[in-house]
Amino acid sequence: MLKGHQSWIFENKPVIRASATVVGPFEGSGPLADDFDIIHGDSMLEEDSWEKAEKVLIEEAAQLAIENAGLTKEQVQFYIGGDLMNQIISSSFAARTLTIPYLGVFGACSTSMESLALASALVNSGAANFILAGTCSHNASVEKQFRYPTEYGSQKPPTAQYTVTGAGAAIVSREGDGPVVTSATIGRVIDMGITDPFNMGAAMAPAAVDTIQAHFRDLQIEPGYYDLIVTGDLAKVGYEIACKLFEKHNFPIHQTEYNDCGMMIYDYDTQMVQAGASGCGCSAVVTYGHLLKRMRKGEIKRMLVVATGALLSPLSFQQGESIPCIAHAVAIEEGGNR
Amino acid sequence: MANNKLKKATPVQQEYQRLAKQIEPKRPILKNCLRAFLTGGLICVVGQAIQEMFVHFAGFDEEKASNPTVAVLIFISVVLTSLGVYDKFAQWAGAGSAVPVTGFANSMASAAIEHQSEGMVLGVGGKMFKLAGPVIVFGTVAAFFVGLATYVLKGTGGGH
Repeated sequence: MLKGHQSWIFENKPVIRASATVVGPFEGSGPLADDFDIIHGDSMLEEDSWEKAEKVLIEEAAQLAIENAGLTKEQVQFYIGGDLMNQIISSSFAARTLTIPYLGVFGACSTSMESLALASALVNSGAANFILAGTCSHNASVEKQFRYPTEYGSQKPPTAQYTVTGAGAAIVSREGDGPVVTSATIGRVIDMGITDPFNMGAAMAPAAVDTIQAHFRDLQIEPGYYDLIVTGDLAKVGYEIACKLFEKHNFPIHQTEYNDCGMMIYDYDTQMVQAGASGCGCSAVVTYGHLLKRMRKGEIKRMLVVATGALLSPLSFQQGESIPCIAHAVAIEEGGNR
Repeated sequence: MANNKLKKATPVQQEYQRLAKQIEPKRPILKNCLRAFLTGGLICVVGQAIQEMFVHFAGFDEEKASNPTVAVLIFISVVLTSLGVYDKFAQWAGAGSAVPVTGFANSMASAAIEHQSEGMVLGVGGKMFKLAGPVIVFGTVAAFFVGLATYVLKGTGGGH
């Protein structure tokens, strides 16, 4: 199962039996609106705080994913999830509602693929038949915790990113119909000394590049093996830097289509998002909504999703610490009916 | 500051940071200055108009009219913050909307609204000055030293 230095090959090919995505109104008016299962018109979700609203996002996505898989929550053995809130409250509180045995993980915005990689590894090893993997973020709760109050009038620089309000969840199972998870690469923590929390793309790009290169080194394949490689939330600035780094390292990324979830979810012309999107929800809703739908339609046969995370805390950056970053890659391929 | 940080960084980090700097879009400083000048000025014009109204229609004299004028500006800012408009306006206006009294009111109102969910005491009461607090602290400290300097200079000048 271990391949190379830091990658796993899943020889039993765990199946993403179903997935579900829930987003807020801003994401619902973006170009991927048709690919989301639930679009909320009110970003408070009729709750009385942003944090509670975020919890409802993941609860709904989890319940819908279980339903779409034709299961009941009692049949799901484990729930692996995390989010950006202090002490990952959104996921833990959702686990309280779901009453599924729970493993909380934190990988900031890389949590989507961290949880999917762990779920696939467990299912592949026979430790479970069905695992729920999911993550969420809410624009207002994240701004409140990491930056300024949502209504505070500060001018964001062009490198800033807009946190996605949304949750994505998937059911990974031993058998069934759907796309299969074939391999995963666990990333190292990379810190290039970037300290500006309004410039996450530049901070995370080296981590994404490191994990992608490690993936191909470990698996001894070429980027052309995949129809699509997507990074999680580098947005415009980080994406350009990543392209530059690939060029510098003579890495043949041009063999395939390379894109970034943070550049796909919003419309740059009509939505004021500066460099693009970010947040746990970003790679989760784009992958579990848009990309898996494209795969089910047959438009993509093999893809590598590389979710990127900035592992800072509001305290660490006030103390002048730089931003350590991580990226986890998961390969998803078209599956048959098994 | 930035140079200090760069010195501490390893050569690989320094090289990367230089590469990243080349690619990052710069803040449009000239455009931001122009917008700040226009909106900051406009807010002051509105303030002046309000003051004139207090003088001509409510019988205040020039000096006394400034208090109700500031109150009206604060009220407008708080209403716009509550309606979720001020932050969007500020993204366009930049320092133009941050520097005048309306920006100060916005920083308090936005923090108060944001932390309402943590209750009146720990939330609104405790967090309201999260952004405005430093302005008050260092404003008061600066005022003390300016006052002290004025006293010393005037004192040595043989005034009183």
